[in-house]
Amino acid sequence: MVGAVIGRMFTSLLVVAGSSVLVFVILYLLPGDPVNSLLDPTFATSEQIASLRHQLGVDQPLHVQLADYFGKLLHGDFGNSLLNSEPVLPRILSQFPATLALAAASAVVAVVIGVLLGVLSAIHRNKPIDVIARIVGLLGISMPAFWSGILLLLVFSIHLGWLPTMGSNGWKTLVLPSITLGLIGAGFLVRMIRNSMLEVVNEHFIVTLRSKGLSERSIMYRHALRNALIPAVTMIGMLVGEMLAGAVVIETVFARQGIGRIIADAIMAKDLPVVQGVIFFSAIIYVSVNLIVDISYSFIDPRVRRAT
Amino acid sequence: MEQLLEIQHLSVGFHTRRGLLQALNDVSLTIRPGETVCLVGESGSGKTITSKAVMRLLDYENGRITNGQIRLGGIDLTALSQNELRSLRGKKMAMVFQEPMSAFDPVYTIGYQIVETIRTHDSKSKEEAWEHAVSLLERVGIPEPRIRMKQYPGELSGGMLQRAMIALALSCGPELLIADEPTTALDVTIQAQILQLLQELKEEFRMSILLITHDLGIAAEVADRVVVMYAGRVVEQAPTAELFKQPHHPYSQGLLQSVASLDTEKGERLHSIEGAIPSLSALPDGCLFHPRCPYATEKCRAEVPPLVFENGRESACWHTQELLRSSAANDDRPKSAKSEAFTAQSGLRTAESNMVLETVELQLIEAAAVDVPDLFQISGLRKYYPVKRRGFPGRARPYIRAVDDVSFTIRRGETFGLVGESGSGKSTLGRVLLQLEAATSGQIRFGDQEITKLGSSALRRARKDMQMIFQDPYGALDPRWTVGDIIGEPLGVHERLSTMEKRNRVAELLASVGLDASYATRYPHEFSGGQRQRIGIARAIALKPKFILADEAVSALDVSVQAQVVNLLQDLQAKMGLTYLFIAHGLQVVRHISDRIGVMYLGKLVEIAPSHELFLHPAHPYTKALIASIPDMSPGAKKAHTVLQGEIPSPARPPSGCRFHTRCPLATAKCREEEPDLNAIAAEHSVACHFPF
Repeated sequence: MVGAVIGRMFTSLLVVAGSSVLVFVILYLLPGDPVNSLLDPTFATSEQIASLRHQLGVDQPLHVQLADYFGKLLHGDFGNSLLNSEPVLPRILSQFPATLALAAASAVVAVVIGVLLGVLSAIHRNKPIDVIARIVGLLGISMPAFWSGILLLLVFSIHLGWLPTMGSNGWKTLVLPSITLGLIGAGFLVRMIRNSMLEVVNEHFIVTLRSKGLSERSIMYRHALRNALIPAVTMIGMLVGEMLAGAVVIETVFARQGIGRIIADAIMAKDLPVVQGVIFFSAIIYVSVNLIVDISYSFIDPRVRRAT
Repeated sequence: MEQLLEIQHLSVGFHTRRGLLQALNDVSLTIRPGETVCLVGESGSGKTITSKAVMRLLDYENGRITNGQIRLGGIDLTALSQNELRSLRGKKMAMVFQEPMSAFDPVYTIGYQIVETIRTHDSKSKEEAWEHAVSLLERVGIPEPRIRMKQYPGELSGGMLQRAMIALALSCGPELLIADEPTTALDVTIQAQILQLLQELKEEFRMSILLITHDLGIAAEVADRVVVMYAGRVVEQAPTAELFKQPHHPYSQGLLQSVASLDTEKGERLHSIEGAIPSLSALPDGCLFHPRCPYATEKCRAEVPPLVFENGRESACWHTQELLRSSAANDDRPKSAKSEAFTAQSGLRTAESNMVLETVELQLIEAAAVDVPDLFQISGLRKYYPVKRRGFPGRARPYIRAVDDVSFTIRRGETFGLVGESGSGKSTLGRVLLQLEAATSGQIRFGDQEITKLGSSALRRARKDMQMIFQDPYGALDPRWTVGDIIGEPLGVHERLSTMEKRNRVAELLASVGLDASYATRYPHEFSGGQRQRIGIARAIALKPKFILADEAVSALDVSVQAQVVNLLQDLQAKMGLTYLFIAHGLQVVRHISDRIGVMYLGKLVEIAPSHELFLHPAHPYTKALIASIPDMSPGAKKAHTVLQGEIPSPARPPSGCRFHTRCPLATAKCREEEPDLNAIAAEHSVACHFPF
C-alpha cells in the first residue's frame, strides 16, 4: 500500500514536469514577441531591443531557456513578471486564497446538489423529482459560466439587490460566483450519480439485501449509494480541473481577485513568466487533488485496496 | 398434516409495454415442516418467479400477484404490506442465490453483512451478533471464521462465499429456506459439499427447503418431493423416488431422458425434447407442452389439461395412461450388460458383468490403438502468467502456473475430453493449443507442423484448420451483425467467393446445423440460446476445419437443448471427420461425447484414459472423487459419500510433491515430497500417482 502511494506520487511528479515542459514549448512557439509589449518597436532602437532580449534570456535557444527555467523552478523561483518585474510566486500565493475559497464553495455546491439530486432521482425514477434533477443536469452542463453568471447577477444583484455585483470581500461576494461555478459540477454529478445508482440498484446483491429484510432506506443509503459513489469520486477529482478553468471566467465576470484573474490579465499582456507560473501552480494543485482522490479510493472500495 | 408453506392457485403477471404478461398460471404447491421440495424445469419455466413471489420480491421487479394465496405458517403473504413482509424476510424465510460472487455487497465485510441481518431482526448487542455470526461461519465449514468475518466478498472463493451466504440465510433461524440454483455456479466437487451441508443444516435447524434446480441429479439426491414446471405452470408433482421411477407427464419423461447419464453409449444419440420452451408472449393454446410433445393429439391442442391428483401425485396431461402403458412395454426389454455395469458403479457392482465388460473394453482398446495418426502432439507444454510484483525486489518473480509440463496427443477424428475443477488450467490449455496465447515453453505439433514458432501469416493459414465454439452463446456473436455475415466472415477471410457463392455457402451451413436458410438476414438477439449455439457451430465449421475446440460449449444450455447440441456435434463429426477437444465441467456429457478423457488438476494432467475405462476404473484419487461428486440420478441409492474436502489451491503457490496431496485421502510422506510422473498403467491408460487404484 505504502509502495503504491509512493509510486503514484512519482508518476504525479512526472505529470507536473511533463505538463510544464509542454506549456513552455507551446508558449515558445506562439507568434508574438514578448519584447514587443515592453518596448514599442516604432520608437525603440534595435540595440535596445537586442539588449532587452538578452536581459530576458529570450535570445537563447529553446533547450537553454528550458534548462534555465527548470533550474530556477527547483529553487522555488518562478521568475519575474515582464510588466513590473514583480516575482511571480509571491503574487500567485497572495491571490490563491481567494481562488481556493471560490473553488471550495463551488465544490460544496456541486457535491451537495449533485449527490442529493442524483440519489433522489434514481430512487424516484420517472417521478417529478427525477424530472427536476434531469433538467438541472442538462442546464448545468450546457450553460456556459459567463452567461449563467451574468444572468444571476442581473436577477439577484441588479433587480433584487440582495447580493453585491463584484469584489472578493466577505461571504456575500462568494455566493453568486460559487453557485455559477458549482452548477457546472452539479450538472455532471447529477447525471453520473443517477446513472451509477440505477446500475447498482439492478445488481444481484440488492435482491439479497431485500431478502434479508432490510428497509429500503438502508438499502439505498447504506449500500447502493456507497457503491454508486465509487465512480463518482474520480469525477470529483476531475471537477477540480473544471473549477480551475472556470475560475478564469468567473473571476473576470464577477471582478474577483484570484489566480484565474491573474492568468487572464497575463495572457492579455503576453506576460509569459506569469502565465507559465500560474499554469505550473495549477498543474500541481490538479495533480495533488487527483492523487488524494486515488488514495481515498482505496478507503471506499476494498477491491482497490487489495489490488494495490 | 400441517403445512409450512401453502401456495394456492398463484398467478403472477409482469407489467410490460404491451400490457400484463402472465408469467405464472394457477401454481399450487405445499411444503411440510422439515421437507425438501425441488422445483425443476428449463429456464423460462417460472421456477425463480415462484420463489420470488413467495418472498414478495416480485413487487420490486414490476411483478404483480394477480390471483391466489401464499400462506407461510398460516399467514397470507399476499395480503401483507412491504413493511410487514420485511419483518418476515430473513427471519422466517430466507434465500440463497445462484451467484455467490455477486450476492454480497462488495464494499462491506462478510461479518458486517451478517451482523446487519441479525441486528435487523433480533435485539442483540453488536458483540453478541458478532459472536453468533462467527459460530455460524464455523458451522457452515468456513476455516478461520474470525479472519473471514473481516474480509470482503472479493477475497473469498465462490464455494466459501456460498457457505457464507448460507450462514447469512440461517442467521435468524428461518423456518423456510429458499435456495435458487445454489450450486449451479460452482464446481461439482464444491456442489457435493454444499448439498451435503444443506442436508445436515436442514435437520439441525428443523427447517424446510425449497430448492430450485435445473439439474435432475440434484433433485434425485436431496428432494423428498419434486415439482416439475413448464412455461409458468406445474405439470407434474410427485415424491422423488416415484417420479424418477415413472414420470407421469411427457415433459418430465423428456427431461429425464435428456440427461446424459453414466450409462448412455458413446455415439448413441441422446434423447432430446424437440424445439424450445415458448415465450410468455406467445403461449400456445391448450396444453402448453403440445408443440413439443410426442403424444400430442387434437384434444391437447384445444383443451388445457387439469392437474389431476392421484395416489399422492399430480400430473397435468390428457395421456398419462398411454404414457404409462408405453413405458411399461419398454421396461420388459432386458438391460444391456453395459448399463448394468454402470449402475454397479454406484455400489451394486457384480463380478460377472465386470468380467464381461473388461473383455469388451480390452477389445475396444486394441481396436482403437491400431495406427490412428495423431492430429495434435503436445509435449512439455507450459503456460505461466507473471503475477504482479509485490514485496521486495530481488526475490524470484512469482508465476501463476496455469499449465505446467503437459504432454499428450489428440488423434485424428477422435473427441478428447478435458475435465477438472475451475482453476485447473483446462481453458488455458485449450487457448494455447490454438495459439490464441503463446506458450511459455514446450512444443505443439498440429498435423506435420510445429505451430508454436509460426509467424503471423503462417499462423493465419494454420488457423483455417482450427476453430472454436464458445461457452456463452450470447457473448460469442456480434449483436450488430446479421447471422449471415457472422457465419460468412471466416469465408471472406480465407476464401475468395462471390457474393452469390457466399450466400449459398451460408445457406448450406445453416441447413447443416438444423437452422432455416432464411435466418441469415436476422440478428442474434432474435434467437434462443440453443439456436445461437448452432449459429456459433455453423461459423466454426464454415472453413471445413480439421479441429474444433469446444470450451464449455453446452454448459450454459438447458438439458433438453444440451442434448440437441451434443447430438449435432456428433453428427457433424461423423459427417466431416472432425476432431474435437471438448472441455467441460459436466462430467456426464464429457463421458458421453469423448473417446478419451484427460483429467487436469492445478495445471497438470493427472490421468488420461479412454472414456469408459476412466469412469469404470479411475486410477487417480482425484478422478475418483470427481466421479463420486456427480449427483446420482437414482434416488434412494445413497452412495457412500467420498466428498472431496477443501478447495483447489492457488496455482501461484502449488503444493510440493504431488499437487493433489493436500486434499488426497491417501496421501503419504512420499506424496508430499516427490512429484509423480504420468506413467502408463495399462494400454491407453496413464496416471500420475504414486499409489494408483
